[in-house]
Amino acid sequence: MARKLPSADVVLVGFGWTGAILGQELTDAGLQVVAIERGSWRDTPTDFAVTFAQDELRYYWRHALFQQPARETLTFRNNATETALPMRRLGSFLPGTGVGGAGIHWNGMTFRFLPSDFIAKSHNTERYGADAVPADMTIQDWGVTYDELEPYYDKFEYLCGIAGKAGNIKGKIQDGGNPFEGARSRDYPTPPMDMVYGPTLFANAAKELGHRPFPGPSANMSRAYTNPLGAQLAPCTYCGFCEKYGCGNYSKASAQTTILPVLLRKDNFELRTESEVTRVNLDASGKRAVSVTYVDAQGQEYEQPGELIILCAYQLHNVRLLLLSGIGTPYDSATGLGVVGRNYAYQITSSVDVFFDDKIINPFIGAGSLGMIVDEFNGDNFDHTGLGFIGGGYIAGWNTNGRPIETHRTPQGVPRWGEKWKRAVAENYLKSFSLATHGAVMSHRANALDLDPTYRDILGRPLMRMTFDFTDNEHRMSDYLTDRAAEIAKAMRPREMKVTKRTGSYSIVPYQTTHNTGGAIMGTDPKSSAINRYLQSWDVPNVFVMGSTAFPQNPGYNPTGTVGALAYWAADAIKTQYMKNPGPLVQA
Amino acid sequence: MHKHYVIAGAVVLASGCASLALAKETSFETVQKGKYLTQAADCVACHTVENGKPFAGGRAIETPFGTIYSANITPDRETGIGAWSDDEFYRAMHEGIGPDGKRLYPAFPYPYFTKMTREDVLAIRAYLNTIPPASNRRPDPKLTWPLGYRALMRGWNWVFFQEGTFTQNSEKSAEWNRGAYLVEGPGHCGACHTPKNTLGGDKRSNALEGNQIQHWFAPKLDNDRQNGLGAWSVDEIAEYLKTGRNRHSGATGLMGEVVANSTSKLDDADLHAIAVYLKDVTAVAPELASKPEQAQMDAGEAIFADSCAACHQSNGKGVPHMFPPLAANANAQSSDPTSVMRVILEGARTVATDARPTPSSMPAYGWKLRDAEIAAVATYVRNSWGNAASAVTPAQVKTLRSALHATTQ
Repeated sequence: MARKLPSADVVLVGFGWTGAILGQELTDAGLQVVAIERGSWRDTPTDFAVTFAQDELRYYWRHALFQQPARETLTFRNNATETALPMRRLGSFLPGTGVGGAGIHWNGMTFRFLPSDFIAKSHNTERYGADAVPADMTIQDWGVTYDELEPYYDKFEYLCGIAGKAGNIKGKIQDGGNPFEGARSRDYPTPPMDMVYGPTLFANAAKELGHRPFPGPSANMSRAYTNPLGAQLAPCTYCGFCEKYGCGNYSKASAQTTILPVLLRKDNFELRTESEVTRVNLDASGKRAVSVTYVDAQGQEYEQPGELIILCAYQLHNVRLLLLSGIGTPYDSATGLGVVGRNYAYQITSSVDVFFDDKIINPFIGAGSLGMIVDEFNGDNFDHTGLGFIGGGYIAGWNTNGRPIETHRTPQGVPRWGEKWKRAVAENYLKSFSLATHGAVMSHRANALDLDPTYRDILGRPLMRMTFDFTDNEHRMSDYLTDRAAEIAKAMRPREMKVTKRTGSYSIVPYQTTHNTGGAIMGTDPKSSAINRYLQSWDVPNVFVMGSTAFPQNPGYNPTGTVGALAYWAADAIKTQYMKNPGPLVQA
Repeated sequence: MHKHYVIAGAVVLASGCASLALAKETSFETVQKGKYLTQAADCVACHTVENGKPFAGGRAIETPFGTIYSANITPDRETGIGAWSDDEFYRAMHEGIGPDGKRLYPAFPYPYFTKMTREDVLAIRAYLNTIPPASNRRPDPKLTWPLGYRALMRGWNWVFFQEGTFTQNSEKSAEWNRGAYLVEGPGHCGACHTPKNTLGGDKRSNALEGNQIQHWFAPKLDNDRQNGLGAWSVDEIAEYLKTGRNRHSGATGLMGEVVANSTSKLDDADLHAIAVYLKDVTAVAPELASKPEQAQMDAGEAIFADSCAACHQSNGKGVPHMFPPLAANANAQSSDPTSVMRVILEGARTVATDARPTPSSMPAYGWKLRDAEIAAVATYVRNSWGNAASAVTPAQVKTLRSALHATTQ
């Protein structure tokens, strides 16, 4: 029997980036906010101390910071003809758990999407004709434009202290920045990180080919930074332990470093950890959420009533919670009807490794978003006529790490173990570098999320079932991008190079990227979107859904900048519109 | 001493008289002033246990003479001070004598509070009358024989205690006098920062020259550039007290509590006055330390590069306002290395304030570095980048490690 608790103004489900942003904004507006987080409390000095944080075995191999599949996982299949099976060890993506969420173990690459990304459907059909978007490619416009989001991108970047170089300030192109980006109101809050040798070689080669490389926008600090809330970050030490690790030096923007020191001092905020929300409860009409039910670490069940319920969990969990709670019509890929689970998307990556005889790269002088970017082949920055695909991605020369268990490049033809492998690793460790491509995935009618008919989690709830595969559009795009990367690699004049294209069906086993998107997308039509342009449920207007869950398709950039901007955008709508007049902010 | 307490259970008087203060009309202004002075005197720090009811007492205070427990100063009539008259309250603050005539132990800093005006003392009383009464009887003190006999305090007071309200120094500015009043009266800074004699009395001729307390070293507050406040400007001292940090240092440990509970809540003008007064404390040059052994310095340098340089930087300049610079750091060069050793052993957490909410922290190294290694890196820090202070020995680290271990059991 659930113990019923006193009501709160706002209940936040999940307490990572978006939970912290919503908590900060809505407590500022005077609301009483309760955040419920399934994982544990974590903070810099206690959990990521520099005395033990750089431990590859613990964090990379044993997944100390990630969701534990024994407790919760999902089932997977490439298409509807297969039987989905549970993922028993995380691979392709690494959802977080605990306070700060995956924002603890991210690299810190903080891009904005292109203006054309937000109008992918109308832009592409306008430029390339209706045939450019095949019938099964279910891409949509977002319902929000880049210009509308710009102030919120800005707010998130200044919260984080992002290190970068603007390419377009109020329409004026800036040397050294990304000339393709949408207009910014001002430059980044901090200058780019100090560039190291590998990315410099990459950028020089790219320039030879006529590209305009720019420093990756980085949530690893190029210098000490105090954000508008008064929270402080310290300069990055380039230790090379970002992705999959917490930062012990206060050098990576996270909820812990940018918001929690302020939010946790407030009397109108409460955080409950090790408490997993199992469902959102609706009233008899099904049009209003009244509470959430959660289970604490002892197995005790609680009911937390609230006026406003905001789902701030990871993308997959937000979608699952909507399905488990009966909010919105579940999507059926056979009929194409329904909205919850629709337009699940991912990203497609590839790499080109280069090996030198005469250059010492020192890969260990790294940081999660230390590198140079070529954006000539992202989004619609180039003419797609005749290419047979839409969308694109960036090509990067990142120097994220030289962590030896994870990063040991070997040339083509070297065995994968044994004496020859060891020798090749030793010979190439200091002298190799990798170019990465990071490409968009367009949504497709068959790629979707629903509840698994067979497998259940530790609490007895059906697991999420993921049905996903790359389509021809992704393969063509990624191959094109990889060829362009190989051209740059060649211009770096290495001894040899190894091109690794993404071939065949999507595999959930090797790590690719934790950029899962969609499933409860935003849009202008309740028939094809689960939430409106303010991330508010069409069906249950006192439920909002944060995160990349809202992306109608997945552009070619890392998502966190847009996730942060959307959270601020939604928070602003709640504060300025919803609080004055609770109800649907957009009439269906 | 930072934790000072009215020691005896006997101070609670089961008087039948109604409190005069409660019976009288008290103005809002008086209560507000009393609240401010209660913060200036940091009463809550000693008179509240962790997560306990404010001012209900019972917090254990370690002294060189045993453990004592702070009094309940809520208006509870049975276990607090609700039954005291204003005169009795003033006598306790001014003379260190409880309502039953029994002597209080000077862990309760009446040797400082004696300097406060009667008006200010009664404002504190007026404020304490407004907080919710909490019933809480503190444990009896556990003092070394013969200190359990309160009558002995009569002799102690005769030797060490000077009763008397603060008198203005007409040669100094009004601001200086205000600062002096706050430092020597309610702020009772010397309770921690002034060296003590073997009986726990202040060495008056060495006022504010630094003192070991509860396994911390409360540093010198004189105007010496090497290990006092000489390198800090008036504004930087005020900034430290207000925000918990400045470009030189960050408040941690007991001083972190003082900033959180007390100084961060004071008016900017008062903080400025305190700083003006402290900048006028005559510098006492530190004793010349002999040069440390090169082998120990070499070992310390290697450990520093491996474990410390990421935050404090290889040039010792740190990240101002976040990771304190160690070069020219007064605390690091204190004659007594207790705080340096302790921070390395246990780590440290800079106090969070409204102005500086990030509690930047240093991890503990006690589990990772041996005594000799901690001694080496402490010695290196105390003698690099122009710093100079005595070498730290492994035996000193060992002693502190055991003492800290004992207090956390």
